[in-house]
Amino acid sequence: MRLLRTLGRNIRDAIKSVFRNFSLSMASISCITITLILVGLAILTSYNVDNFTKIIEQDFSVFVYLDKDIDEEEIKEIEEKLNKNPNILEYDFDSKEEIAQSMMETSEVLKNIMGKWEEDENPLNDVFRLKLKEIRNIKTTISEIEKFENISYVDYGEKIVNNYISAFDIIEKILIVVVALFIIVTAFLIANTIKLTIFSRRKEIEIMRLVGASNFNIELPFIIEGLILGIFGAIIPIIVVIYGYYTFYIKYNEHLFSPFMKLVVPEPFIYIVALILLGIGMIVGMFGSLRAVRKYLKI
Amino acid sequence: MELIRIRGVEKQYKNGVTAICNLDLSIKKGDFVFVIGSSGSGKSTLIKLLHREEKPNKGRIIIGGIDVAKLKNKKVYKLRRKLGVVFQDFKLLPRMTVYENVAFALEIFGLPKDEIRKKTIKALELVGLKNKVKQFPDQLSGGEQQRVAIARAIVNGPKLLLCDEPTGNLDPDTSFGIMKVLEVINKMGTTVVMATHDKEIVDKMKKRVILLEDGKLIKDYEKGTYSHEVA
Repeated sequence: MRLLRTLGRNIRDAIKSVFRNFSLSMASISCITITLILVGLAILTSYNVDNFTKIIEQDFSVFVYLDKDIDEEEIKEIEEKLNKNPNILEYDFDSKEEIAQSMMETSEVLKNIMGKWEEDENPLNDVFRLKLKEIRNIKTTISEIEKFENISYVDYGEKIVNNYISAFDIIEKILIVVVALFIIVTAFLIANTIKLTIFSRRKEIEIMRLVGASNFNIELPFIIEGLILGIFGAIIPIIVVIYGYYTFYIKYNEHLFSPFMKLVVPEPFIYIVALILLGIGMIVGMFGSLRAVRKYLKI
Repeated sequence: MELIRIRGVEKQYKNGVTAICNLDLSIKKGDFVFVIGSSGSGKSTLIKLLHREEKPNKGRIIIGGIDVAKLKNKKVYKLRRKLGVVFQDFKLLPRMTVYENVAFALEIFGLPKDEIRKKTIKALELVGLKNKVKQFPDQLSGGEQQRVAIARAIVNGPKLLLCDEPTGNLDPDTSFGIMKVLEVINKMGTTVVMATHDKEIVDKMKKRVILLEDGKLIKDYEKGTYSHEVA
């Protein structure tokens, strides 16, 4: 109860103080706003990119063609090795006879030609079809398989996938750096705002100490002020994220450029992102304020 | 019963000035003590040591069971809640009314509003300012401002009231008004320690007088006067 009352008084004071140092408060709030918009963008992008990757992974196969003169024994060996590879989700084996059979079913012409082959004339290869767990690690996995004996060659359909994924990775990395920079600048600006408040309330702080306020009593209003700056700064980014993403989602008809780049369904996704933004705003606000309090209150 | 015990206290400021030198002193509960001496004699330093604004370099200061010299910065508030301090320059907050200035000392503890109101009005009544609760400090005379400061210092019901030249800025008549208030507070059981160089007041009050000179305790009279000590 006592804590609640103290809290109430401090929140009132903190809001007053935000408006008293209006210009500096606005600077901090705008900086948080810009930062959070960027953070929001980064989260939306990376989450969607993850989603694209997952979709690609779902219908993406690697084909391992085996040597033509391979025998049962050797096929078993390869199978065992595939079982041991941690990045392989599942695999299917198609013998060259099965492949020939299914090819013949697709057209009369093929049936005429292939039907005349003797058993050892079949020029096709036995094939393992693999599904991978992590498509990002495709290169390692493939080079491991290529080292197996009796492998003719390894192929995976859309090499373009690689390019997408590395492009996504770069975008994510750049966003992280930019966001980190903005967070640092924001914390610094908030620290400055709080510093001004501390100076304008020096006498009050002195008297608070005199009449027996604990350090916590003295720090609390400034921390709350930082928190309020953070919350105010989060308002616009949250609106931008929610409305922006909805609009984007509807405008692009649920996917970008190609069908596998399916966008994440907005609900509840954007609300979670909004909460994350609010949380980051509050933490950055508190952190900046705490820095100033520790530095300038000398307690 | 002893409220304050000072043993072998020495205070040297960072600039090398020794303000208090090997001081031993005991103050009983309910005492009214004047600390006198010329400028630079260490009066203010003694008051500062008592409310832990300054830390002694040597010795022990025990107030109501708290070892003030050993008190960590973080824990100072525990001492401050047991005592009130009044200064020459009042230290009131100009943007707050009389009532708010006094209530301020209670609000930071998160007391219920009713209790704050009751205690604040009672303290203001005691200093005779009940009818000026809504005024701001700059609408009051110096004497009235000092009464507000006293009300703020005692609103918590402290055992000890420290005064650092509380009448230093006031004319003699007003000063006597302040002294009457302090006397009432003292009679209600609060120990008062007051640093002053107001000769008339000390002579008239006939209380215990401690004379400091260059940071040393020179004389300690049960019912002393100022004139025959310093002159």
